[in-house]
Amino acid sequence: MLTDSPPSLISNTPMNSTISPPINRLFQRIIKQGWIGKGLLILLAVVVVTYIGGKAIKSPSLFIQQVLNGLQLGFVYALIALGYTMVYGIVKLINFAHGDVFMVGAFVSYFAVANFGLHQWPSKLIPGIPQGISVLIGTITVIVLSMVVCSIMAVTIERIAYKPLRNAPRISALITAIAVSFFLEYFGSLRFVFTNNFVTYKRPLTVVTWYIKDGFHQLQSGAEAPQGAILFSNIFIIIVVTSILLMALLQFIVRRTKIGKAMRAAAFDKQTARMMGIEVDNIISITFAIGAALAGAAGVLYAIAFPQVVWTLGIIPGLKAFVAAVIGGIGSIPGALVGALIMGQAETLGASYISTPMRDAVAFSILIIVLLIRPTGIFGEPARDKA
Amino acid sequence: MKTYKILSILIVAVLLLTACQTGGTTGKTDPIKVAILAPLSGSVATFGESTKNGAMIAVEEWNAKGGILGRQIEVVVEDSQCSADPAVNAANKVIDQDKVKYIIGEVCSSASIPVSMIAEEKGVIQISPTSTNDKLTLNADGSTKGYIFRACYNDSFQGVVTGNFALTVLNSKTAFVLSDQGNDYTIGLADSFKATFTAGGGTIVGEETYTKSDTDFSAILAKISEAKPDVVFLGDYYNIVNLVMAQAKEKGITAPFIGGDGWDSSDLDLAAADGGYYSNHYSPEDARPIVVDWVAKYEAKHGSKPDALATLAYDAANILFTSIQNAGVDDTAKVKDAMAAIKFEGVSGSITYNNLHNPVKAAVMLQVKDGKVSYVSTVNP
Repeated sequence: MLTDSPPSLISNTPMNSTISPPINRLFQRIIKQGWIGKGLLILLAVVVVTYIGGKAIKSPSLFIQQVLNGLQLGFVYALIALGYTMVYGIVKLINFAHGDVFMVGAFVSYFAVANFGLHQWPSKLIPGIPQGISVLIGTITVIVLSMVVCSIMAVTIERIAYKPLRNAPRISALITAIAVSFFLEYFGSLRFVFTNNFVTYKRPLTVVTWYIKDGFHQLQSGAEAPQGAILFSNIFIIIVVTSILLMALLQFIVRRTKIGKAMRAAAFDKQTARMMGIEVDNIISITFAIGAALAGAAGVLYAIAFPQVVWTLGIIPGLKAFVAAVIGGIGSIPGALVGALIMGQAETLGASYISTPMRDAVAFSILIIVLLIRPTGIFGEPARDKA
Repeated sequence: MKTYKILSILIVAVLLLTACQTGGTTGKTDPIKVAILAPLSGSVATFGESTKNGAMIAVEEWNAKGGILGRQIEVVVEDSQCSADPAVNAANKVIDQDKVKYIIGEVCSSASIPVSMIAEEKGVIQISPTSTNDKLTLNADGSTKGYIFRACYNDSFQGVVTGNFALTVLNSKTAFVLSDQGNDYTIGLADSFKATFTAGGGTIVGEETYTKSDTDFSAILAKISEAKPDVVFLGDYYNIVNLVMAQAKEKGITAPFIGGDGWDSSDLDLAAADGGYYSNHYSPEDARPIVVDWVAKYEAKHGSKPDALATLAYDAANILFTSIQNAGVDDTAKVKDAMAAIKFEGVSGSITYNNLHNPVKAAVMLQVKDGKVSYVSTVNP
């Protein structure tokens, strides 16, 4: 996209001018091929890369530390963005309620851990099981529970709120999505549902931090990290591993199973898919369910990383994940992953090297720039003509 | 068509008539209306609950003794959510619709300050239990607002207390200061801490800001790690403190955190905040009989020890009701003079007002350690 555009089919010589000095032709070519805009963007990219590169070379451990933080955030956003992108691909609806499904997932896991102690069921059932295995199984159970609850909720929402509007103008469905989003948030803020307090999340596992500096060490609790060490915790590992596993699972479903084939067919052309005998209604419900399951898992992971849950939890990560899906090309699954990783990096590097309040400005500016250069997103496909 | 026209005119006429309320007789036995503006929902909902509980205990006690000037107290409670717009709406509603002349509220400075401008303009007395920002009782030109008071000390004093504590008790030479760029309370506290700390010989090695909706503080904490301060100043509300200090522990930052009364909440994550200090208005471990009585009363009614917000709300309500009693009439112009001259023994200390309508009273420093909050020292002005 930064290379020269194909030569213009229209001659550069204006039709009715008799004198056309070379400098006029040069100006016209600059304007027609948008070199000023592209030039400014290239200049901006160069400035940013030199600035961050310079800082990175001065203290590489800080840079690597922030890249790791950005990865952690990026993978969580990726799980949410996948839900947005799959739903848009199949019903062309931007499901604004998706961020709140993420919030519900976080709360469900909070209640499971704090009120029912679900993360400890292996040790209660089989005493003598090693602690590590018990915590692992317990955490996986909590995540699976959130995923199941969120799927059921999303399918219910889809059946009640979105299905009746399948043939209505797209704006009606969009407004309904916004309404569902507000409903989930404010219903969740009621005292007898989730409460409107900022609830401290009880993690199903204890945090262990390691640091890399002259070798691999574990940070003792209450000890100070040495200067220039790169820190990462078991939270980081859990988030990255879980996200990758879930995305691999999704990729397997979409590429290797019949249901996945049906999903891809329905996303390509719903009418023809129906003619081929695919139950498109069910496929749409399954898509919502899978997207919501991923968002539920993301909710649990986010709450483990930043241990505070509140009914407004889904607003900002939901928005950023939506932006990530758009950057990557909405409707494209690998695009959602790439877009989310870019958003995560932009946010943490922006917070670290510019300033924390500017992090959102930086992240959203990247959205604008990507859309200027490539309006359908990085992996997006231009709108197809259906012959 | 004609019937519909007549019908609609009739309906409009009926509505207009019901909307016109007669002034009503102002009998001597009419209740005195008092409004409580508190954040019952939102990020600091526990503050609002405590404030309401504390003030209501005062109302019930006075009503049981026959009310003020023989009139019962009637309370209107509104949720002002600790932010300017809902607070302004609530204030306008209680003043214009409910015809209230006395407001106990709000908790947060960012909400109290806009409400105070409305109250001052309309001649309504406002006493804030816990808003500590200096600007609450001052006009833009520095003169004192006539109708606005508070029951707590102000941020300049709190900053001095925490600054001196850091210098003398914690022996800190360097400090890192954090503040929320959109919150008057944190900015006021941070400014006064910085002034005291540097005046006492300390150095500020770094300052960072964040926004209210931030959850990921790794960038700021990385800078703190690099700067290695002796103490970190975080004068914000408990929801931000929980997040920042939990992440600080994971990043291996061992410097103690110090903050203000915003930490005081049952929702403060004691494990995350372990090793932190904060300034507060009172401590339930205080041995004065008035405190012991109050703690017992609150615990009997609500099943938990009262926090500073409930205590200050109780004191604020009592100051207001005593001033009305002292003035002898339900007239805000007289009551405000009575309040400015009051000498009141409250649970949170003895309160007299200086000419800025700020009470001259002591602060306590508390420490979070091993899962509980304990009293360290009292600092007198």
